[in-house]
Amino acid sequence: MNTNDLHPDRETGAAAGGDTRHDLRLEGVSKRFGNFIAVDNLDLVVRRGSFFGLLGPSGCGKSTTLRMIAGLEQPSSGRIMIGGVDMAGVKPYQRPVNTVFQSYALFPHLTIAENVAFGLRRRGIKDVRRQVADMLALVELESQAAKKPAQLSGGQQQRVALARALINKPEVLLLDEPLGALDLRLRRQMQIELKRIQTDVGITFVHVTHDQEEAMTMADTIAVMNAGRVEQMGAPIDLYEHPVTTFVANFLGQSNLIKGQLTGKAGGDTMLEVHGQRMAMPTARVHTDRDEVWVGVRPEKMQISRAGTSVEGENAMTGVVTDASYIGVSTQYLVALPWGQEVSIFSQNLSTEGPLSAGDDVVLHWNPAHTFALDSTQDAAAGAEKVEGDE
Amino acid sequence: MSAAPAPGAASAAPADDVARSVGTKAWTPYALLTPGMLWLAIFFLVPTVMLVKMSLSSGTAFSGDGSFTFDWQFSNYSDAWNQYVIDSPIFQKSLVYALIATVLTLVIAYPLAYTIAFKAGRWKNFLLVLVIAPFFTSFLLRTNAWQTILVDSGPVVTFMENTGMLSFLHAINTPDSWPSWAQLFPDGLTGENRVLATPLAVIIGLAYNFLPFMTLPLYASLERIDFRLIEAATDLYSSALTAFRKVTFPLSLPGVVAGTLLTFIPAAGDPVNAALLGSANDALMGNAIDSQFKATGNYPLAAALSAMLMFVIVVMVALYVRRAGTEELV
Amino acid sequence: MSVQTIDQRREEALAALPPHREPGMATRTGRWLRLHLVQFFAAFALLFMFIPVFVVVAFSFNNPLGKFNYTWNEFSTKAWTQVWSDAEITGSLTLSIQIALLSTAVATVLGTLIAFAIGRHRFRGRTGINLLIFMPMATPEVVMGSSLLTLFVAAQLEGSLGFGTITVAHIMFSISFVVVTVKARVAGLDPRLEQAAMDLYADEKTTFRKVTFPLVLPGIIAAAMLAFSLSFDDFVITNFTSGQTVTFPMYVWGAAGRGIPPEANVVGAIMFGIALVVVLIPEILKRVRKD
Repeated sequence: MNTNDLHPDRETGAAAGGDTRHDLRLEGVSKRFGNFIAVDNLDLVVRRGSFFGLLGPSGCGKSTTLRMIAGLEQPSSGRIMIGGVDMAGVKPYQRPVNTVFQSYALFPHLTIAENVAFGLRRRGIKDVRRQVADMLALVELESQAAKKPAQLSGGQQQRVALARALINKPEVLLLDEPLGALDLRLRRQMQIELKRIQTDVGITFVHVTHDQEEAMTMADTIAVMNAGRVEQMGAPIDLYEHPVTTFVANFLGQSNLIKGQLTGKAGGDTMLEVHGQRMAMPTARVHTDRDEVWVGVRPEKMQISRAGTSVEGENAMTGVVTDASYIGVSTQYLVALPWGQEVSIFSQNLSTEGPLSAGDDVVLHWNPAHTFALDSTQDAAAGAEKVEGDE
Repeated sequence: MSAAPAPGAASAAPADDVARSVGTKAWTPYALLTPGMLWLAIFFLVPTVMLVKMSLSSGTAFSGDGSFTFDWQFSNYSDAWNQYVIDSPIFQKSLVYALIATVLTLVIAYPLAYTIAFKAGRWKNFLLVLVIAPFFTSFLLRTNAWQTILVDSGPVVTFMENTGMLSFLHAINTPDSWPSWAQLFPDGLTGENRVLATPLAVIIGLAYNFLPFMTLPLYASLERIDFRLIEAATDLYSSALTAFRKVTFPLSLPGVVAGTLLTFIPAAGDPVNAALLGSANDALMGNAIDSQFKATGNYPLAAALSAMLMFVIVVMVALYVRRAGTEELV
Repeated sequence: MSVQTIDQRREEALAALPPHREPGMATRTGRWLRLHLVQFFAAFALLFMFIPVFVVVAFSFNNPLGKFNYTWNEFSTKAWTQVWSDAEITGSLTLSIQIALLSTAVATVLGTLIAFAIGRHRFRGRTGINLLIFMPMATPEVVMGSSLLTLFVAAQLEGSLGFGTITVAHIMFSISFVVVTVKARVAGLDPRLEQAAMDLYADEKTTFRKVTFPLVLPGIIAAAMLAFSLSFDDFVITNFTSGQTVTFPMYVWGAAGRGIPPEANVVGAIMFGIALVVVLIPEILKRVRKD
């Protein structure tokens, strides 16, 4: 299978990354349903040929955004540009966009081959046999061509939905939580598959999901959405290591957020005071103008040692272990700090003495460069996963 | 009757956004509805109104100039009341026969619907086809076939005679001492050695005719019940009968009500079974209305009789709609 | 406790039990019946429904003694050969078929339009519309027939009652059944399928042609078959609106007084045969395709 056949036409002579005409752009896009604002003044630029992730919890507006790009919803305001062309008033069937639906939406009365050929036929292409055969081979379903969707498993149906969309060589391929209905093992497999296909064919993928692990695995760029707005956009590692809002800090992985005060600057560092403890952090990682901040450290960046261990050159706090969950690879600790707050620590089991236990006095310490500071007016619980029993 | 899920209820976007995204305009539903609803309005609603108007008119079809004058003749109703309620209780008979037939139909149809819904497996569609298939043979011929089945001295009647069923049913009669308006079964449910030309034959015919109308709504209702509920109930209440009483039957109630409405109401007005299977004494409202129209030409009286029947129906449907709304009707 | 002692004690306990005997036929049958009581009654119900049909078919092969075909006399295929030359029967049959075809066509179209409106759109006046569609299904035919007659009388049509008025009446009562049948199918249609079609370059008309309509078609066909049988078999309403015209059910009714000939049974048997074939073929095809 020559995957070069699937590359969208490129402008000759365009410098790598310099030609922005074929990007997908959303400018000031909003969508209102009555009084409910689903999407609030969204600005997005998706680079051509990239794997773009729209990540957020249910109801954050990511699916609505996708539907607006596809043309299945009209924005209440703002504009959507695909390949430099304004999509206002352009119907879904006129757009160079195809969608892989969450429920697959395969046509139950058509065979797999006819499903895959559907888009080609609508565009008047007469002889579809070769293209359909090639595409089915790409998703490894050649033997199922004559069957009906109901006779296929969930994973197979998902691949048919993908083939049906890809065969049209759209400028943008939209995927609306396509892996949601699959079991864990299949999902992992498909994540790798989708990434591989996207890299091979080079089509722009916009992938909507609520699973942050999935987004981080697959996407080149992620936009984290919350309540109709983009909280932060960037490469996975940037979002994870440099969150700028509490929502992003909590939604991607976990974060410990502790109230603190900025007390001054020294060179490239900022000094802070956290409940009487003096700490330091790089000024570049302070994402607020005010002096009162949320001091953030990720659980895996914190080290836990018995009280009294030397912590030269690191930020440190003392506490008492309230829970220790041994998971094999690591141990997850809950430590109560002197002012009552509990923080979590993920500790790789490197110590030969075995894990600490509840009741142990410990000192938590970490490299100051791993600290980040966020606006203290933001909700420290925003974006955090609800654990059973928490209210 | 079937319950319809509200279109587009599951998605976050309201239904009309779904409709709009496939390119329809606001006036589309009205355009779609108009031709059919107009037909129903002209050929169902208007005639019904005219029937009521006729019931308050005077005149006959076969004498004079055959015209009718609308003059608020309430005497039509009093005549109807005297003739068909007090003197010979045809109105009551129709309702009672229909009621017995409906109960009979329910008892016969329920196990059938239950089996198709829960115990049929691959044969489900096939069985449904079997339920509908007799429907395609002329119902007059089928009803007439009961004359063969219940023929005097035939196998069925002889069997009933020998087992004493016949004398038992013959003994169920309304005593002569009762007033005329209560004389529903003056000669017993069956004859001494006859089933044909007796109330029982008519009731059997009614039950037979409306079986599909009871079975299908029942089936639709039962099919929607999650079988695990019934299994759980059978576990909880150690007796299968109690599980049925407390769980299955209440859950199937919409189907029971639907089937009852679709059976009782048409049965109350049916003339065919009474004419083919009953004697002259077993005439029902349907026959009365028919003969007043066709034989006597007394359209106003016939219309009054129809209106009386309609009144009962409207009351029943109104009670139902008050309880359950109209969404489940269609 | 040693293992051997436990084994010994088990042997003794088993030996103390009464000898195991296979339950007899009667008990097994009784138990089977109790377990399958519901299916037993269901089979009885099916039998109840089909016995008259068998009688109709069987007695088409009867050569009755007198005019009345209620007791078996002797086997004969006379009726089957003679039915084609009986003008009354063929005439009324042809008329019934013509009326049924016409009323089916119109009722299916009108009812399908309504079903689409109710099943996919929001509009005002739903309650009234639902009620107006439901009432013809629940109203006794005598009432509908007599009110239609009243209408035709008021319109001064009592002289020209016949094919036209019958068809009009049949369309009226068929619409509701078509609506119920098609609407069930329409309401079950996933709107995402149409969105997918539009996403794949099908405009509104093409989406309807290629996706919506094929998926609703089975419901429309079922509705048409239902409407056809309702019209073909209708007696009471036809009786009121027919004037001098004679449809097949009316022929049977008229003949009932003087003796329904076995030729009529032949028609009934053929009708049943055709219906069975038409309805069973898709089922058989489905099974064959699966194997």
